[in-house]
Amino acid sequence: MSDQIKEYLILRDDKEYEVIIGLEVHAQVLSESKLFSSSPTKFGSEPNTQVSLVDAAFPGMLPVINEFCIKQAIKTGIGLNAKINNKSIFDRKNYFYADLPQGYQISQYKNPIVGEGSVTLDMPDGEKMIGIERLHLEQDAGKSIHDIDPQNTLVDLNRSGVALMEIVSKPDLRSLDEVNAYIKKLRSIMRYLGTCDGNMQEGSLRADVNVSVRKKGETELGTRCEIKNVNSIKFMQMAIDYEANRQVDILEEGGSIDQETRLFDTKKNETRSMRTKEDAHDYRYFPDPDLLPLELNDDFINEIKKEIPELPDEKKKRFIEKFNLSPYEANILVSDIETSKYFEDVSKNSDVKLATNWITGELFALLNNKSIEITESPITSENLAKLINLIKDGTISGKIAKNVFEIMADSGKDPKKIVEEKGLKQQSDPKELEKIIDKVISDNPKNVEAYKLGKDKLFGFFVGQVMKQSNGKANPQLVNEILKKKLN
Amino acid sequence: MSEINNLKLCDLVDKIKNKKLSSKEITEAFINRSKKSSKLNSYITDNFDNALNSAKEFDEKPDFNKKIPGIPLAVKDLFCTKNLRTTAGSKILENFIPTYESTVTQNIIDHGGIIIGKLNCDEFAMGSSNETSNYGNVQNPISENLVPGGSSGGSSAALAAKLTPATIGTDTGGSIRQPASFTGTVGLKPTYGSCSRYGIVAFASSLDQAGPMTHDVKDCALLLEVMSSFDTKDSTSVEFTRGNYLNDLNENIKGKKIGIPKEYKVDGMPKEIEDLWEKGIKIIKDNGGDVIDISLPNTNYALPTYYIVAPAEASSNLARYDGVKYGFRSKGENLIDMYEKTRSEGFGDEVKRRIMIGTYVLSSGYYDAYYLKAQKVRRLIKNDFDEAYKKVDAILTPSTPSSAFKIGEKLNDPVSMYLNDIFTVPINLAGLPAISIPAGHDNNGFPLGLQIIGKAFDEQNILNIAYSIEKNIGYKNHINDWWIK
Repeated sequence: MSDQIKEYLILRDDKEYEVIIGLEVHAQVLSESKLFSSSPTKFGSEPNTQVSLVDAAFPGMLPVINEFCIKQAIKTGIGLNAKINNKSIFDRKNYFYADLPQGYQISQYKNPIVGEGSVTLDMPDGEKMIGIERLHLEQDAGKSIHDIDPQNTLVDLNRSGVALMEIVSKPDLRSLDEVNAYIKKLRSIMRYLGTCDGNMQEGSLRADVNVSVRKKGETELGTRCEIKNVNSIKFMQMAIDYEANRQVDILEEGGSIDQETRLFDTKKNETRSMRTKEDAHDYRYFPDPDLLPLELNDDFINEIKKEIPELPDEKKKRFIEKFNLSPYEANILVSDIETSKYFEDVSKNSDVKLATNWITGELFALLNNKSIEITESPITSENLAKLINLIKDGTISGKIAKNVFEIMADSGKDPKKIVEEKGLKQQSDPKELEKIIDKVISDNPKNVEAYKLGKDKLFGFFVGQVMKQSNGKANPQLVNEILKKKLN
Repeated sequence: MSEINNLKLCDLVDKIKNKKLSSKEITEAFINRSKKSSKLNSYITDNFDNALNSAKEFDEKPDFNKKIPGIPLAVKDLFCTKNLRTTAGSKILENFIPTYESTVTQNIIDHGGIIIGKLNCDEFAMGSSNETSNYGNVQNPISENLVPGGSSGGSSAALAAKLTPATIGTDTGGSIRQPASFTGTVGLKPTYGSCSRYGIVAFASSLDQAGPMTHDVKDCALLLEVMSSFDTKDSTSVEFTRGNYLNDLNENIKGKKIGIPKEYKVDGMPKEIEDLWEKGIKIIKDNGGDVIDISLPNTNYALPTYYIVAPAEASSNLARYDGVKYGFRSKGENLIDMYEKTRSEGFGDEVKRRIMIGTYVLSSGYYDAYYLKAQKVRRLIKNDFDEAYKKVDAILTPSTPSSAFKIGEKLNDPVSMYLNDIFTVPINLAGLPAISIPAGHDNNGFPLGLQIIGKAFDEQNILNIAYSIEKNIGYKNHINDWWIK
């Protein structure tokens, strides 16, 4: 399989360029209230309805840390196998913008709450470790809206002060597939932990992408460009591909890369310079004097460790060992926490192998077609388990089960009821089956003759006839057995 | 002047509790005198009508269990007051009416106080003479064309002129103690973390503290009791058992060890201030206290350290005044132009000077040399005090290196103005409590103050020492109402 994996390289004539990618992911902390105020954080509310005096930076207003957000960051750090720092400091990042009411963002600069860690990616050619540089907490800004009023920019401060975790990777990513796997893995871990809903449409997960290129085999890192605020995996991949090619073109023409911040234009599929290193902001970071350093003792951290659920990597291992699943199957089932819950519910009450096949096959296809999440599935885990048990105990055949599944998908009904109502129960009474089989044999003397003379293929014809006569309900195993006996 | 105006805070509380005076009578007396005293320019915004109504309401349903029942107070215009304009002495907040109450003024209201107005101050509390206020100079009631000190200059003037029986100020580098010293009144800067900063327009967050300004030490103890509280809305507020400062006030200082720091004997210090200091030392000795020479070796670095730390924090704290959300806004071609015009027109020179200093010292390439180094020196200054307090219980110094100066005298010489804070600034850097009490007069008859510096959260001790000195020093303020025709 491994020779099917193509390295992600940018080719020019006979030269190969490697692409070095690092991501700064901004993940919104799942929390009822903001990082330094008690305002709610609900998405999609009327503009400026979730804004406290602190969020709007009124004179004399002071930030007070939300302990829950701290716990969420620590949980995430543990999920990233990272070091939790006993002391961290909130700094002010100073800059002027209309949607930044304080004139500074409270962030963590030199002393983040979480230090180095790692994330394991499951790539087709094996596992790959991606280093985590740090995770820090910071406030989100508000939103400037330029397209409602022709003359004015409007500002919505609902997001102002919402807690974000900035998760900075090491420059360990080398391909678009790895970027895809990395984002999905981060998302998966945070959803398992309940620390970020990972909803990219609502902006709960965004990333700044750092890209540099170098000739394959070189060890020095090239000059990087940072592409700001990309909000989907697809756009990240498009931006990286464009940017890597742009940089290679410059190098090929004998030029050099300027370190700069760029924006990705999703309509034109290109990155554009936003500001160069020379006009980079001087953010004048300094410790926020309104907040004391955040000191966490080991007991506090250990208490949180106790709350950490089984995470995807451990769950995958358990699925492989306990259920005898292939790594591939296990991976698919654990990647999303809701899928893993669904699978565990179904397999708890039915056959594991069938559960795996039905979930990864029929159910995924159904969800895909309907574009819905597994939590919205019309077929509950309980009903799927029932369906599998109907197959397992011979009440219906696998083929009939597919029909029942379709009815379940449309109606959400209990499969037992469907089987009863539609009379789909499998015919497993040997005497009844013998009657049908005898009739088929007596109706087709020529074929019987031919079969007996060695035309083995005709066996299928007889099975088909029996199934037809029974409206598909005949137990295929029994039909096989009886037919063989009768014909041989 | 009505007899009522001559009463001190504690006396007024007694009179009202004994039903000798009503809240309305007291409130009217201070409002009337305030109205006659507009020449002092100590008020920026008055709240007279509402205050009178509150006084009447109090008299209808009096609650004498409160600490300052029905007592009118004017407060520095740096405290946000609900539905009452709060300007911080700046044009940029000229139209700002808060929808919320600062914790300290809320404590005053909860203890029965009535806010009669907002007092003038240097713009964003940046100044030592009240001359940087957008709302004009304040006259010192001691003498015409004399500054009342700053930044709580409106507070000190209104108090000395008896327009309010007591008041509150804020002190970032001396802004309570220096104006108290210039007007012959008592001013206390509590330990950092004692009084909540919630709702106080911020100047330098790590230094700002609110505190009482009163006619005498007893009043000071009472008002501190009212103001000081633990507040979860301020992350730097400290949870400790607040004392019954007034009840526990005790003039006995027998056996108390009082340090005299040699570094405060600065070159060119006027003889009268040296004499005053000696007078204080003698009183302490005469009353059984031990006077011990001590050293605070890093004192020299306090002022430069302060003028890095305070502007750095201020440059960031004042970024919110951008014309976008509230306050003054100037029209601009675009966002940046609007910012530039709003802030150029909205801030005065001293504020702009400090924003620029602060921006500079935090800039990349300068941060380590200035801000970071200043933070290290700040730690050394605090260590000096920690060392000293192994030997002594409190420290006695002059409050200021000179008496009040003439309006305009130092306005164009910022460094000479900054030097005024040389004895008060180190205390803010160390986060300690200190009180200034009036102790004598210079050759012109202008008041001079002595400062008693305490250990952290040891307010009771410095109040007691101040109480003892006050009883023995026989200070009296000479005020002849020159501003009332």
